[in-house]
Amino acid sequence: MFERFGRISYCAHTKVEEFVRHLESGRLMGSCCAACGQVTFPPRADCAECRHGEFTFTELNGRGTVVTHTRIESAPAGFEAAVPFDLAVVDLDEGGRLLAGFGATIAPADIAIGMAVQVVPRINEETEESQVDYTLERPGTGWTKSDLP
Amino acid sequence: MSRVGIIGIGHTRFGRRGDATVQELAFEAYREALVDADLDPALIEATVIGAVPEYHKQRSVAGVIQEYLSLTPRPTWLTEAACASGSAAIRSGWLAIKAGVHDVVAVIGCQKMTELETAEILALMGRVGDVQWESVFGTTFPGYYAMFTRCHMHEFGTTEEQLAQVAVKNHHYGARNAKAMFQKEITAAKALDSDSVAAPLKVYDCCANADGAACVILAGEAAARRLGGARTVWLDGMGCASDSMSVLRRGDLTGLPAAREAAAQAYRMAGVEAADVKVAEVHDCFTIAEIMAYEDLGFCDRGEGGAFIADQQSYLAGTTPVNLDGGLKAKGHPIGATGVSMTCEMVSQLRGDCGERQVLGADIALTHNVGGIGQYCFVHVLRRD
Ligand SMILES: [Zn+2]
Repeated sequence: MFERFGRISYCAHTKVEEFVRHLESGRLMGSCCAACGQVTFPPRADCAECRHGEFTFTELNGRGTVVTHTRIESAPAGFEAAVPFDLAVVDLDEGGRLLAGFGATIAPADIAIGMAVQVVPRINEETEESQVDYTLERPGTGWTKSDLP
Repeated sequence: MSRVGIIGIGHTRFGRRGDATVQELAFEAYREALVDADLDPALIEATVIGAVPEYHKQRSVAGVIQEYLSLTPRPTWLTEAACASGSAAIRSGWLAIKAGVHDVVAVIGCQKMTELETAEILALMGRVGDVQWESVFGTTFPGYYAMFTRCHMHEFGTTEEQLAQVAVKNHHYGARNAKAMFQKEITAAKALDSDSVAAPLKVYDCCANADGAACVILAGEAAARRLGGARTVWLDGMGCASDSMSVLRRGDLTGLPAAREAAAQAYRMAGVEAADVKVAEVHDCFTIAEIMAYEDLGFCDRGEGGAFIADQQSYLAGTTPVNLDGGLKAKGHPIGATGVSMTCEMVSQLRGDCGERQVLGADIALTHNVGGIGQYCFVHVLRRD
C-alpha cells in the first residue's frame, strides 16, 4: 500500500503503511508508542525511545515552521517535468519534522526560513491508482476530511 | 599502543577514464604504490577495497580486483560508507593490523562513475536521501546541501560570494595538480554566473563525478619501520562517527555532527588539537561542505567558515591550508577512491614531495571524508616523526 505515497515510490511495504489510508482520509498521522507514549513524525513502528514494537496512530494538526528550503532545478528521475520546484524541511508544532513541497497558496518568492505553514493532505486522482502526499500551504488553508476508506 | 604506518602510495589520474575498467584503474594505483614502497607484493597479506557497488556494472568488485592484482587466494573484502568508502577501507585495514591478524595490507579505493547512463545517474540521485519519507518529494544530493547552505546563511550570514571563493581556491590548486580532473583556474564571477542546480547552490558549487583509484599500503609498527624507514607516515588518530540518514532526525543543519564527533575522537587519539594541523584534506563535495568542515574540525569558530575562506586562511599561506590538491571540486570525486586519494595527498605533504603546493615543515596532517549528507564521517590524523 505504501507505494501510493509520493510522486515516485521506492518503498512499497512498511509496518506503518496504514499512514497512507489516514492521509487519504485527510488526516496527518504520527505514531504513538503503546508503552511510553512517545509521539513521532514520521511515524515509526518501533519506538526510538524505549524500543517497544506496538504503536497507535495519532492525528497531528499539521501546523509547523520552515527550518530550511531549496529550489530544485536539476531533477531526479520521475520529476523531470516538475522542475523547478521548492522543497522545505518543516518543524511540526506538535513535534517531529517533515520534508515536503509547496502548494499553490504560497508563492515561491515568499518562502523563507521561520515562516509558518500548514501541512495539507493531498489526493492526486490523475494517476490510475490514486496517489497521496501532502503539501505546504498558508496557515488557515482548509481541506475536507472523510471517513477512513 | 602500537602504531600503524603508511609505507606506500599510488594514485591514478582522475577524470573521465573511458580507457580503463575499474580493476585496471585499481591496478594503476596498486602498481604505483608498490614502486613507491619498493615492496615485494609477496609481503601483502590482504587487500581492502573501498567502493560503492551501485555505480559499477561489474558486481562485487573486490574479488575481481583481487584476481586482476594476482593476489588470490589472499583475503579481500569490500567496505562501503557511501562517499567515505575509501576512508572506511583504511579504517578496516588499520583495524586488521591493530587486531594482530595482518601485518601488511593494501587498501585500494576505486570508482568508475562515468559508465552509467545519465538516466541511471538521475535515478540513483533520486535515492540519496531517506527513500521512504524524503525521496518521494524529489530530493537530490545538491538539494540537501543547499538546505544546509540556507541554514548557514540564515544563521551566520554566509554569502554566495564566499561559496564561490572556495571553488576559486580549489580550482587554483587543481591547476597545479597533474592528476586532477580540472586543471584550470576559474574566477569568482564565472562561479557566480553558473546555472542554479539547487538554490542557492550553482554548478560551480558542486564537484564532478569522476573515475579513478588510489592505493595506500599499511603496515604494523615494526614492519613499517623495517619496510618504510623514515618515510613512513603514521595513522595516529582515527575518528569515525555516524548520523541519521534522514535530515528529519538532525537537530542541527549548519554543520555535520558526525564530523565534530569523529574529529574529537581523532584529536584525542593522536594527542593533538586543531591548531596543530599543518595541512588538511576536507570533503568539499559542495562548496558549503568545505566551509562547514572548517568549523566542524575546529580550524575556525562556528559561523566563521565564510570569513575563513574570504580571508584566504585555507590557502597555502593561511593558518590551515586545505585541499591544496584541488579537493573533490577540481581533482574530481570518484566516490570510493576519494578517502584514499586524500590520504595519498597528506602522505605526500608530510614527506615534503608537493613541490609548489608544499606546506613547509608539515608534520601533522588531517583527512576529513564524509559519506552521504553526513551519515558517515571519518577524520584521520597523520603524522611524520
Ligand atoms: Zn516507547
